Amino acid sequence: MAKIRVGVYICHCGVNIKSTVDVTKLTQFASTLPHVAVAKDYIYLCSDPGQELIRNDVKEFHLNRIVVASCSPRMHEPTFQKVLRSAGVNPYCLEMANIREQCSWVHEDSKKATQKAESILAASVAKASLLEPLEEKEVDVIPATLVIGGGIAGIQAALDIADTGFKVYLVEKEPSIGGHMMQLDKTFPTLDCSACILTPKMSDVGNHPNIELLTYAEITEVKGYVGNFKVTVKKKPRYILEDKCNGCGICVSYCPVEMPDTFNMNLTKTKCLYIPFPQAVPACFVIDPNYCRYTLRRECKQCEPVCKDLKAIDLKQKEQFIEVDVGTIIVATGFDTFEPTLKPELGYGLYPNVITGLEFERLSSASGPTFGEIILNGKKPKNVVFVHCVGSRDKSIGNEYCSRVCCMYTAKQAHLIKEKIPDAKVTVFYIDVRAFGKGFEEFYDRVKQEGVIYRRGNVSEVYKRGEHLIVKAEDTLMGQLIEVEADLVVLAVGMIPRADSNQVAHLLKLSQSSDRFLLEAHPKLRPVDTASDGIFLAGCCQGPKDIPDTVAQASGAAAKACIPLSQGKVRTEALVSQVDEYTCRGCGFCIEVCPYEAIERKSIERSGHTVEVASVNEVICKGCGACVAACLSGAIQQKSFTDDQLLSMIATLGEYYE
Amino acid sequence: MSEFEPNIVAFLCNWCSYAGADLTGTTRIHYPPHVKVIRVMCTGRVNPLFVVQALRQGADGVLISGCHPGECHYLKGNYLARRRFLLMRNLLEFIGVNPLRLRMSWVSASEGKKFAEVITEVTEEIKKLGPLKSFKREIL
Repeated sequence: MAKIRVGVYICHCGVNIKSTVDVTKLTQFASTLPHVAVAKDYIYLCSDPGQELIRNDVKEFHLNRIVVASCSPRMHEPTFQKVLRSAGVNPYCLEMANIREQCSWVHEDSKKATQKAESILAASVAKASLLEPLEEKEVDVIPATLVIGGGIAGIQAALDIADTGFKVYLVEKEPSIGGHMMQLDKTFPTLDCSACILTPKMSDVGNHPNIELLTYAEITEVKGYVGNFKVTVKKKPRYILEDKCNGCGICVSYCPVEMPDTFNMNLTKTKCLYIPFPQAVPACFVIDPNYCRYTLRRECKQCEPVCKDLKAIDLKQKEQFIEVDVGTIIVATGFDTFEPTLKPELGYGLYPNVITGLEFERLSSASGPTFGEIILNGKKPKNVVFVHCVGSRDKSIGNEYCSRVCCMYTAKQAHLIKEKIPDAKVTVFYIDVRAFGKGFEEFYDRVKQEGVIYRRGNVSEVYKRGEHLIVKAEDTLMGQLIEVEADLVVLAVGMIPRADSNQVAHLLKLSQSSDRFLLEAHPKLRPVDTASDGIFLAGCCQGPKDIPDTVAQASGAAAKACIPLSQGKVRTEALVSQVDEYTCRGCGFCIEVCPYEAIERKSIERSGHTVEVASVNEVICKGCGACVAACLSGAIQQKSFTDDQLLSMIATLGEYYE
Repeated sequence: MSEFEPNIVAFLCNWCSYAGADLTGTTRIHYPPHVKVIRVMCTGRVNPLFVVQALRQGADGVLISGCHPGECHYLKGNYLARRRFLLMRNLLEFIGVNPLRLRMSWVSASEGKKFAEVITEVTEEIKKLGPLKSFKREIL
């Protein structure tokens, strides 16, 4: 093996490092360290001439390990890895000493900061001299994507990927795609009809040759890794055959069972043989087994003989498990709305004329139970009160975040009231109005000019006095308690993570942030990626969003998901674990702690005996190193973070401390 | 006599606490210079041996800091670290080292201020405990 020759490069970062750390002294110190062939300082190492300096020195001094003392490796490690690669040195032979973020920027005393920088640098040199060149492996990618969730996010992502030419499996839990957007009446601030702009996209999905639609279906298992996911999808029985049903709907009139219409927020009833809404994709009926008399008690069966030509009704249908192979996955599972009974003081569930924002959408929609007329209990309301921030920005129920849409949907709903009932008095109680998007402030202004009264104050109680509801609040601008009479109260409920978001996170091995929405890889720079390679987020599963932001994120996720598909190959993580088969005793502790099921037992021949040892699947391993800490014999090691390398740093930090 | 300047080794996970420490720097929040950081990909990587060796070879205290429970980049590494941490404290007590010399904290990538607070707190605590004399390399 060639002699270890370390080159040490110390960056001034202009004055960022130099003003606190004595770089000249640090460079002299570096040249005294073991294995160091050359130590230099330079004003900006990340600049072109700085990079060139390293490249030339590699040639001149035959360097094979490089230590850069500068900013955080999270900042410029990839930059200097590229320098090493172009200089013919393996990029994993680089070690960075973080003397900016974790030294010069956080300490004032120059002497102590320089001492600390020396310790950090010495430890980095110690580790660098033990680093080994590593190889990145490549694996083939299956040219298909799975999109989970058929709301606007999933629809947009599926269409974008399918248009790129790749196969898409779109899995939706409900009988039809469309999601929450389909339930909305108008969209803010342009007042487009929500269904009118969504249904063309839905039928595009239904007709696209590259999209395979799996509705009324759920993911039950996800195995594999980026490029090669194996996903099991459970298709619930519809009791109506999708390939035969032509959507004529004659059978519906024969069904004797009524149940609440969940699409219309239970404001009306529907048959238990139903289609969620007329524009549903696929245009196929479904029978709800929780209400159907046949599935419950084996009686009735009135619908089956009606469909005698097509024979599309099959009450004995069983659930089906389908396995799909994909290269990437997009999670677009959406949101739930806040359950306002958790704020009992607002009277929801107690008074029928206290409703949620989403219920108002159905009430106002031309396809809703009242055909778009605002009628509640047979009357048109004359005094309407909107309450902002129900379930958002509220520490008492554990939702600290802003739901981002309620201010604007309330403004839109206030406008719709004024449009449909011009003499109605409309009052909005708000904490702050957040009209931050394109055209939002203008729309909010317009609504105010239409005569909607905005009062700043938190509603403390909604109660009944005689015939009317009274909304009690403190007007924080006037500094007085006020009571407003109302015959309709609309609660602007916020968005919360879906009830099954824990299961989704568990199935796909995703993390959740403290608000329980799914966690992106980086809040600023990788907002659609997740910590799991090949899995991306779109829409409200990641956090509350309006429709334009959701569509933008969905297209972003689609573009990201297409990268591995179009490259055809993915590079696997290089910092993986490896097993020394001669010292492994096959105890299996590493298998137990591995979060990715990347380690298996295998049998090998060792000194004439067949023994069981651990074996790491390098493609699945993400390089956390949990197995290394669990190993009793030191047989399993994480590349670039081996026990020897880290212990050398520990020893050096002790040695150079006086 | 000059004030005791402790030597503290911190194992920070790459994704949360190391990033949090970087943020402390970016926002220029100052803290005492006694803690030196060793970056690991995950706190689950921290072998009990590292703690013992650090204390043996000159450290007066050890800090392990990772992602908040439930936010681990590798799903459950911080839970493994937490379990090991409790065992390690027992181990330290058994070998005659004050278990308070080992500290664990959760600092996310967005908690730069908290990182500075943790470091200040740990430094103060180790200062109070004084230098670790009875457990240097000649003994083990």
